[in-house]
Amino acid sequence: MSVRYTQDHEWIAIENGIATVGITEHAQEQLGDLVYVELPEKGRKVAKGEEAVVVESVKAASDVYAPVSGEVTDINGELAGDPALVNRAAEGEGWLFRMKLTNESELEGLMDRDAYLAMIG
Amino acid sequence: MKQLPLHSLHAEQGAKFGPFAGFDMPLFYPAGIMREHQHVRSQAGLFDISHMVLVMLAGKDAAALVSHLCPYPADEQQPGKARYTFFLNEQAGVIDDLIVTRFATDRFMIVCNAACAEKDLAHIRSNAEGRDVAIEVLERVFLALQGPQAEAVLTKAGLDVAAMNFLDARELADGWIVSRSGYTGEDGFEIAIPVGLADDFARKLLADEHVMLIGLGARDSLRIEAGLPLYGQDLSDSITPMEAGLAWAIPKSHRDGGSFVGADALARKFAEGRSRKRVGIRPQGAAPVRAHAAVIDAAGKTIGEITSGGFGPSCGHPVAFGLIEANHEGALFAELRGRQLPLEIASLPFTPHRYKRQ
Repeated sequence: MSVRYTQDHEWIAIENGIATVGITEHAQEQLGDLVYVELPEKGRKVAKGEEAVVVESVKAASDVYAPVSGEVTDINGELAGDPALVNRAAEGEGWLFRMKLTNESELEGLMDRDAYLAMIG
Repeated sequence: MKQLPLHSLHAEQGAKFGPFAGFDMPLFYPAGIMREHQHVRSQAGLFDISHMVLVMLAGKDAAALVSHLCPYPADEQQPGKARYTFFLNEQAGVIDDLIVTRFATDRFMIVCNAACAEKDLAHIRSNAEGRDVAIEVLERVFLALQGPQAEAVLTKAGLDVAAMNFLDARELADGWIVSRSGYTGEDGFEIAIPVGLADDFARKLLADEHVMLIGLGARDSLRIEAGLPLYGQDLSDSITPMEAGLAWAIPKSHRDGGSFVGADALARKFAEGRSRKRVGIRPQGAAPVRAHAAVIDAAGKTIGEITSGGFGPSCGHPVAFGLIEANHEGALFAELRGRQLPLEIASLPFTPHRYKRQ
């Protein structure tokens, strides 16, 4: 499985041609306790950089952007009843949505883990 | 950006900082807003509110000055008592909402909002001309300890506060000031401390197992649940106290004129009745509705605006205030990301006040 990262603190993991998207551990720390996650509808087509998810903490709403272009194929249904799952497991069970990529070459513009960790310092 | 005198203590405690009113303020600590909020409701939370500005007015005309600046009879205020009031402009809009404490016949303290302090001071100074009043901005660290354990914690820390009731205030020796007041709806205290002694005192409080540091994030969710307005959001120079649901803070004697600033406009607005009102709002569903979202009726007509909103950790659901047309009846919605989210009017406060009264 290969995981890539964006400058906006999203991660995207590719496994067997399916991409899973979430926010990074660093991002959830910065946001604090999430109380609501608004996920996209299945079947929605998103362009790279387009706002795809809204995560709401007690204090503020923040956009999560599609790391690459594609079509939403699945969303994490657990988050409706337990948005704090993102805080507990941002880079695992707290994933946000899955997507089918329209242009795999867009992945090449994203960071690998070392580059991302270097960016957040 | 200005730093709080105890900035390094907050940093050491893992605060995440953000800008507020020109200060780099702790927003939350590693426990997170949710746990901080719950801790205040169940134990005792320590807030650094040193961004607020304490102004001491001393001199034989101090009561007359306060009576001129605020819509209440300061000469009748009991020494040792604080009260909630306003500076009004000539349109009866709110320049700032304040706590004014009388310590002695000729000695008052005004607690100003940080973002308003500059205009407040100018307003005080221009109205003090020709009066025998010394105006001093106090150099203090200002802490709040809020929650059901606050009295026990302060008592253990050596402050003799058990006999105080809500809005009692005292000047202690050596520049310490303590009042039984706060911005959370809980019992609690606000303590002004000479800067050089504050770090030790804060650490002493933090050493108590009941005490946790609380950032601005939880301060906001606590005050919204408690129904308390925030200047700049729920109050402004174009919102009257009546519109903001704060007419209770203006005694009947001051509703039909007087010699205080804004008296004529205030009397007129009381006579006319309000065209807008602040209401508690319970968004239906789980999505928080935040400040500046439009409030619309079933036909899609804008009838107001959300002025504060977020998630209420003690309520377990979103909570908000809206400033809406006073005579509106029927369904309400907020516009949220292109959708219409149903709202319900809720009575305030969302969580009951637990002040210690006699």
